[in-house]
Amino acid sequence: MYAFDIERPATVAEAVAALSNEDAQALGGGQTLIPTLKQRLASPEKLVSLTGVAEMKGISSAGGILTVGGGTTHDDVAADGSYKALSELAANIGDPAVRSRGTIGGSIANNDPSACYPAAALGSGATIVTNEREIAADDYFVGMFETALGEGEIITAVKFPIPEKANYQKFVQPASRFALVGVFVAKTADGVRVAVTGASNEGVHRWSAAEEALSKDFSAGALDGLTVSADDLIADLHGSAEYRAHLVSVMTKRAVAAAS
Amino acid sequence: MTKVTMTINGKSVSGEVEGRTLLSSFLREDLHLTGTHIGCDTSQCGACVVHVDGKPVKSCTMFAAEADGADVATIEGQANADGSLNVIQAAFQEHHGLQCGFCTPGMVMSAAALLKDNPKPSEAEVREYLEGNICRCTGYHNIVKAIMAASGQDVSAIAAE
Ligand SMILES: Cc1cc2nc3c(=O)[nH]c(=O)nc-3n(C[C@H](O)[C@H](O)[C@H](O)COP(=O)(O)OP(=O)(O)OC[C@H]3O[C@@H](n4cnc5c(N)ncnc54)[C@H](O)[C@@H]3O)c2cc1C
Ligand code: FES
Ligand code: FES
Repeated sequence: MYAFDIERPATVAEAVAALSNEDAQALGGGQTLIPTLKQRLASPEKLVSLTGVAEMKGISSAGGILTVGGGTTHDDVAADGSYKALSELAANIGDPAVRSRGTIGGSIANNDPSACYPAAALGSGATIVTNEREIAADDYFVGMFETALGEGEIITAVKFPIPEKANYQKFVQPASRFALVGVFVAKTADGVRVAVTGASNEGVHRWSAAEEALSKDFSAGALDGLTVSADDLIADLHGSAEYRAHLVSVMTKRAVAAAS
Repeated sequence: MTKVTMTINGKSVSGEVEGRTLLSSFLREDLHLTGTHIGCDTSQCGACVVHVDGKPVKSCTMFAAEADGADVATIEGQANADGSLNVIQAAFQEHHGLQCGFCTPGMVMSAAALLKDNPKPSEAEVREYLEGNICRCTGYHNIVKAIMAASGQDVSAIAAE
């Protein structure tokens, strides 16, 4: 690792001030950033650790909306249970030690194309709350590792409208523990949302044909005959684009069947 | 350099660290607590697992500065007060839960974290919990058996390998 300083602010305002230096970078749970720093793929002058910011931690629920602080660990979301599909997703991220440290804000800021939380946020139609504004998930996820976040902008919370039914199915890539393909399905009064992670070179995205079919008939059978094109899907040593395309339909059906 | 103070295995410890000093480096290089092992550079092997404020953490994936004020437990603090092996360590010995021993400190610390939350885990729960602890020798079977035995469950039905 290159050398850098660490600051540990106690409030969002202090963190934002510390991040105004353009060579400063936010540090969440460090479960992605620290391995990146070890490989010298990033060279910040200063890391601003968000783990001491109490106002960014914790989970609350009001009026059908679950608000998860940006600094809340995967472990705490897993233990919460008030949005079952979200807690189950968090409980299956990585391993226990990763879940002790990793945070929802870090995962959503990073937007790894194989990460789990982006599928939950997009699939639930969540709102990403930052120190500056609120961004609808549909406008937030721009592409692989790309988001609508500006320089120094901090995710302070994520607001999830709790659906009638939802489920996340992850086909685990066993070496990394990330999703080879993961699908989040949510059924709300306004229709069905289907978000796919792990599959596309464009990162997390919605599968609109499946949404349409499921909005008419919320059953795995409604997806019979529906396939996704392998064009532009990720192909690597773990799976070809065709394999991933197949998995998208299979995981979507499983998520519909398991939704509760 | 900044000064950090934390409790390690019940004792208050201070030291000077750089921003980039990992908790694992602080433990191993500054405090010579070399029981915590480093098996990878990618946060995947779990040989470095310690407890920070009661939770299992990969000490190679946390900065020492972030542990300022924390309560840290490492493998060196696991034995009983009289120096004898604790129940998990003794079960690893009894059931051949180790061969080269490289993964063992992390395995024992993960097992301790599991049994604290879930005193009587099923075999499947043990395997699931060890997802972040890689062993290149044992094939995991005897590690799982040792942890089941440490939880006081009958392991005679789990075949020896
Ligand atoms: C072995 C292993 C297995 C894993 N398995 C999975 C898995 O199965 N599924 C999965 O989804 N993920 C997985 N992860 C990734 C894990 O979930 C990370 O915790 C997560 O991607 C990043 O969160 P963090 O809090 O650790 O962020 P960091 O690593 O600290 O930061 C990541 C990025 O986000 C920025 N950032 C951090 N917090 C904020 C914030 N609040 N606002 C704005 N920017 C911020 C940082 O500047 C950095 O660019 C795994 C990681 C490891 C090491
Ligand atoms: S050394 Fe920490 S996970 Fe491998
Ligand atoms: S005993 Fe050798 S790596 Fe596990």
